[in-house]
Order: sequence, then structure tokens, then C-alpha cells
Amino acid sequence: MINIANYISNKNSKGEKVLSVFLTSGFPDKNNFVELALKILDAGADMLEIGFPFSDPLADGPIIQHSSQIALENGINIQKTFNFIEDIRKHTDKPLIMMGYANPVLSFGTKRFAETAKNTGVNGVIIPDIPIEEYENFFNEEFSNLDTILLVTPTTSNDRIKLIDEKSSGFVYCVSVSGTTGLKHQNKFTSVEFIKRTYSVIKKNKTLVGFGISNEEDAKTFAPFCDGIIVGSAVISSLMNDDKGNSKTLKLIKKLKGTII
Amino acid sequence: MQVLDKYNLPDLKGHFGKYGGKYVPETLITPLKELEEIYFQLSKEKNFLDELENLNKEYTGRPTPLTFAEGLTKYFGGAKIYLKREDLCHTGAHKINNALGQILLAKKLGKTRIIAETGAGQHGVATATVCAKFGLKCFIYMGEVDIERQSLNVFRMKLLGAEVIPVSSGSKTLKDATNEAIRDWVTNVKDTHYIIGSVVGPHPYPMIVREFQSIIGKETKVQIQNAEGRLPNYIVACVGGGSNAIGIFYPFINSNVKLIGVEAAGYGINTNKHCATLTLGREGIFQGMKSYLLQTDEGQVSEVHSISAGLDYPGVGPEHSYFKDEVIADYFSVTDDEAISATELLSKTEGIIPALESAHAIAFLDYLMPKTKNGEIVIVNISGRGDKDLNTIKDKLGY
Ligand SMILES: Cc1ncc(COP(=O)(O)O)c(C=O)c1O
Repeated sequence: MINIANYISNKNSKGEKVLSVFLTSGFPDKNNFVELALKILDAGADMLEIGFPFSDPLADGPIIQHSSQIALENGINIQKTFNFIEDIRKHTDKPLIMMGYANPVLSFGTKRFAETAKNTGVNGVIIPDIPIEEYENFFNEEFSNLDTILLVTPTTSNDRIKLIDEKSSGFVYCVSVSGTTGLKHQNKFTSVEFIKRTYSVIKKNKTLVGFGISNEEDAKTFAPFCDGIIVGSAVISSLMNDDKGNSKTLKLIKKLKGTII
Repeated sequence: MQVLDKYNLPDLKGHFGKYGGKYVPETLITPLKELEEIYFQLSKEKNFLDELENLNKEYTGRPTPLTFAEGLTKYFGGAKIYLKREDLCHTGAHKINNALGQILLAKKLGKTRIIAETGAGQHGVATATVCAKFGLKCFIYMGEVDIERQSLNVFRMKLLGAEVIPVSSGSKTLKDATNEAIRDWVTNVKDTHYIIGSVVGPHPYPMIVREFQSIIGKETKVQIQNAEGRLPNYIVACVGGGSNAIGIFYPFINSNVKLIGVEAAGYGINTNKHCATLTLGREGIFQGMKSYLLQTDEGQVSEVHSISAGLDYPGVGPEHSYFKDEVIADYFSVTDDEAISATELLSKTEGIIPALESAHAIAFLDYLMPKTKNGEIVIVNISGRGDKDLNTIKDKLGY
């Protein structure tokens, strides 16, 4: 199976930055979700982060709160998300990452989660409410077969970034603003300064920047100082107001990828 | 019940056994560390301790009395009942003990903006009060359902100069207000301190709030020694997040006193409309802590119900989860209707109208008292007064 870090390295060595796209599992329509995911990959996404829903998504702003709510109402859970990924995996070699809060994973069983993830072709996980302090309490041995992607934020000190870089695998997720997902940058300059600082400290991993990237201009601003970008709320928001063929969203993906090649 | 030689939890990482911890997004790790450092520093400084003691005395009106409940004792027959009167604190509940302590920490941290969540509105009022006193901007998150049922407290907060921000997500109650407060904190972490209202959330909050609330138990210990020359047999307190209960329990955990926490059973624990977290929940990770949690099989947080806004919460403080597993305290639950009857009982026998939260502790006496003997002593923590609940009580009693 593909290795996330090598995959990003290969892209980078061709002069490309990677585009990672966040989708809420089963959103907007669970019946077409696999098809949507594949179309987004075709349109230029290099990897997918698929979010399984939680009733109380603390780190998310209104847009992803809404998509999680819809997903829950559609009966989406971890098992269904694994089923989607199993189907998506049949058609792509690109990295597939699962993202979500700790409690549903704990309920599913962390061991069972890690085993099923590996068997269905998941490459890595992002659990935003597991900081390094709780890492050992949560990610048991079985997770050694998966990349556990950790986050750094503008409040993270350089010493701490080093510790996070040590523990993280796949890449380090650099949250460009202090806040919930979907927040706009109040001051792009300070965000760029933070990203530069982070990029210079991170040695082991690749660095992908997410939160607050919603258009080509944002992508252009941040891409030079990292190995790739992550887009979430902008895509979810676009999917909410799109036509049946998701043409608006696919166009957004194409444009974003176009600016960072 | 266990008698502990030495209890020194939480550990350095904020764990009470497997519970507690810091299950938060990375952004909050730094402010939590800062809070922990300033707390450890100040809790050793005489100036800080003197200032807090003085405020407790001159502003809150501490120590609160330990009242012998003669009427209630007669009514049940059996053990003597004493009431710890947190209802007589300034602002009408124990919540001010914690708000005062935390505002001093916030000032020391140089924060200019205070946020808090509230259910019953008592913590919101306490926070708005200390912000008014110390001149800090104050924003209170409150679920729309609670804004409706605790409207008097909403007005009090506004009068005190706070902005009340209605929360319309989820069940529109305490847990959702807490989510929004955490989101605010993540976004405005530079200038903002979050005054959590109970012994919940990520480390160091459960430890800090316990410290500020344990004045309740410390006073009680002295007062019952003075009145009876010995410790009580039982201490009973209601448990929402668990701060008034930890506050009165904590100084007694090394002694042979039976500690009883009473949760809200809502319409009954056989229905799915209750908040008996310790009775019916299981281990979960929620709002920054690992603790018992009411949740579905798939780990989604349950919709819960209590007539009492302050108990209407699917989680519970991690130290209570530890106390339950280690049998340091026992936990039971009583229904909405039992709490309403208890409100009436305490009002008519003692002339004390309790908060609906505290009425849950009183209601448990129906189960406890028949098991007690003459010569035994029961202390009930009256965590707050009932003024805020008069509309709800009036609707229920219909007179
Ligand atoms: C009077 C009163 N008692 C009890 C509670 C429940 O909180 P805790 O369990 O933290 O004491 C509240 C909460 O709002 C309250 O207002």
C-alpha cells in the first residue's frame, strides 16, 4: 500500500504541492458519496480526508458542524465510512485518511478501528482531540500500521513542534489560524509568519497547511511555505450549494490544484 | 467505603486513574499549561490566598452557615440533618466560590476578556458578577432552552453588564453552551480566559475548580465538629458536573464519612430522558476529559433531560468517575417529580426554598433516612437557592 510521506515527496520532487481535500462522510448524499469522492480525486485532489461524524465537533465551525449533523441524520457512522473507503480504494491508489473525534473511535474500539482501517485501505488517521499528552493512552500498538497525523497551531511553541514532529507520521497538519474550521484569516501576514516558523522547525515530516484556505488566493499565499494544502470548509460549503453533477465544486478543486502546481 | 491514607490525584498529567486528562485540540494546550503554571504559582503565594480569603469573607459572605434542620429531622425521624447553606452565598449558589478564584487567575494571566457557559444561569451570574467587580468584559454562552427556563438569571447577567450569547445548536442546553464556549476560546485564546463552571473539562480545570470549591467541605468539617464534636455519617450532594459535590466531599475523603452524590433521573432511568451519567453512562471522551458519558452505542453523545438546568448535562467530572469506580463515593439518582416534592418539603419544613439542583439531594433523603439511626448525622449540601426556578416550580405545583 502507498505510503503518505513518500507520496507527498514524489509530488514535491516534481515541483508540485499536494492538495488534500476534506469531505464529510456520506455528505451531501450517502448514495453518491463514493462517486463524488472519485470525481474529486479526478479533478485534481491528491488525497482525501474523510470525516466521520460526531455529535459534538468541538474544533469545527458552523459549516462542518452542519455537514456532520446531516451525516448523522443520514445514518453515517464509522462502519459505513469504512465501507465507503473500501469502495473508493478499489478505484484509486491515492492516500485516504480518516478524520474524526476520539469518542466514536473509543466506542468502536480503538483496536478494532485500527485493524479495520488497515484492512479497508486507510492510510492514516487524524483525531484532533488527541494531543501528544494523550497519544499513548489512545493510539495503541495496532495503530503502528497506520499513520497518525498530528496537528500544530499558532499557539504551539517551537519546542513542542519538535515533539509533535517526532510523534507524527504521514505529515504534520499545520493549522494556520487559532480557531475552528472554516475561519477566515484576519491577518494573513501573521499566518504566513507562523507557517514559515513551523516549516523551518519540522524536520522529520512533510508539512501540510489547513484551516482558512478557501480560494486560489489563499492557496497561492500559503503554498510556497509548505508541502501542500488542505481544503475543507470551502469544499463542504460549495457542495451545499452545488448542482447535481457537483460542477462548481469540481471546478474549485481544479482551480486550487492549478495554482499550486 | 474506602478509607484512603493518601490521595494525591490528579497526577501531573491531570489523570484520576484512567479518567481526566487533556483531550483538546492542540490550540488549547498552551493556554491550559499557562493556567496550570499560574495556578501552581499563586496557590503558594500568601498574597493570593489572603486576597481570595478576604473576598470569600467580605464579598461572598463566607463562611456559610451549617444549619440544623430541626423540622426536616422531625419529619423523617432518625438521624439529625444539617444543611450546608451555599444558598446564602452572594449570588445565591456555590458557583461564586469558583468564579472568584478564577477571576484572580485570569487577572494574573493578563486576560481582558472572560467567557463562560451556563445552564441554570448561576455560574453565568457568578461570572458576570466577578467580571463587573473586576472590570473585565464578560460573554456568557447559554442554550436557548435554558434561556427560556432561567429567564430571571438571564436578566441578572445583562444587568451585571455581561453579554448573553444564545446557543441554538444540539439540545440547546448546557453541553451545547460548553461547546460554543470552547470554540470561542480556541478562536480568542490570546486575550480570553474561559471560566469553566464545574469540575469538568480538560486538566487543570477539574483540579482548580475542586480547590476553589473545597472551601465548602473545609468549613463544614469545622462547623460539624463545633456543633456535634464529631464528623457526620453521611454527606449528600447533587451532581451535575459535580463541583458542589466535590467541594463538600473532598475534605472528607480520608475519613469514614459516607459520601453520596445524587444525579438527575429526569423522567426516570428506565426512560431515555434523564442525566444519570454515573448510574447509566460508560467511559467516553467529551469536552476535553475522559469520564463517564451518556452516549449511544456508536459513541454519539445522548440527548439528556432534567427539569433542573444545572444538572441537564450528559457528562460528569472525571474525579467523580474515579470515585465511583473506586467506591470512594456512591451515586444514585432521583426523578424530576421527586425533586419537585423535595422542594416543597424543604420550603414547608425549614423555610428554605432550594434550587431545583439542590432539591435532588434533599429528595434522596426519602431513600437514605429510613436506613439511618438515631444519633447519626446527615449533612446535605444546599448548593443554591430556588428563586431562579420559581416559574418552573409554579408550573409543576399549579398553585
Ligand atoms: C444551585 C446549583 N447546584 C448545583 C449545580 C450543578 O453543578 P455542580 O454539579 O457542578 O455543582 C448548579 C449548576 O448550575 C447550580 O446552579
